Amino acid sequence: MTISQIIETLDAELLTPDADVAREVHAACGSDMMSDVLAYVKDQAVLLTGLNNPQVVRTADMMDMVCIVFVRGKRPDEMILRLAEARDIAVMTSKMTMFTACGLLYEQGLRGGVG
Amino acid sequence: MADDSIRLHYTVPGDDFTRAGEASADLKSRMKKLGLPPGAIRKVSIALYEGEINLAIHAHGGDIDVEITDDEVRMVLSDQGPGIADISLAMSEGWSTAPDEVRSLGFGAGMGLPNMKKYSDEFDIQSAVGVGTTVTMAVKTA
Ligand SMILES: Nc1ncnc2c1ncn2[C@@H]1O[C@H](COP(=O)(O)OP(=O)(O)O)[C@@H](O)[C@H]1O
Ligand SMILES: [Mg+2]
Repeated sequence: MTISQIIETLDAELLTPDADVAREVHAACGSDMMSDVLAYVKDQAVLLTGLNNPQVVRTADMMDMVCIVFVRGKRPDEMILRLAEARDIAVMTSKMTMFTACGLLYEQGLRGGVG
Repeated sequence: MADDSIRLHYTVPGDDFTRAGEASADLKSRMKKLGLPPGAIRKVSIALYEGEINLAIHAHGGDIDVEITDDEVRMVLSDQGPGIADISLAMSEGWSTAPDEVRSLGFGAGMGLPNMKKYSDEFDIQSAVGVGTTVTMAVKTA
């Protein structure tokens, strides 16, 4: 699915307005532990997390992820958003819980990829 | 050829967790510019990133030396931190001494050293309690 479909599915707000929302996302990963995210490489993935700090963007960057969803209404600060923008990572916030957000994306056909 | 190798040095501060990852991000963009294979870039980035986090949270900071040669990227991470008493225990998945505040930042799952080993083609760790720790990792690029 595309980033814009994720926005729609999660009733999310895009916080990086210049992001290319037509980009395809092939896999998803939902975690608050960054080392778990780093343990399994996925292709063009979206990261869902309840964590709100710069290491979320750095982790996504190291994994070549294309999109980050902050769940439960978490709002990253300007510094975090600039870090993401510089790396072409789309950032959005959704009021949904991690469980609901992951479930809805799964329902739309998104899978966890390897691991 | 050793003559053509690129050497880089980074210092990881021990007091500012938010800056951990700057070295891996810089190395990643340099490797991209050099046109190195994406798979190797990702392995180096992840391994070095976990290493940087460890320097910041376990060792009060440290140094990273990188050498990019024809066929590999070699990274040496050294610190004068507390050292590791039982290396095989530290290498096991899920074992961590990280305090709760580190865990609340998303690290301290005890997966760092296992991840570093998993993503490197060559991995070595030397440590002495009260002296410090040196981790050497190499990833093949050709
Ligand atoms: N550079 C270091 N200096 C001292 N101790 C370290 C260092 N790196 C790792 N350790 C020890 O090894 C343990 C396991 O490390 P790691 O696998 O990266 O997990 P984590 O960082 O999540 O705790 C750490 O909790 C810490 O006790
Ligand atoms: Mg670690």
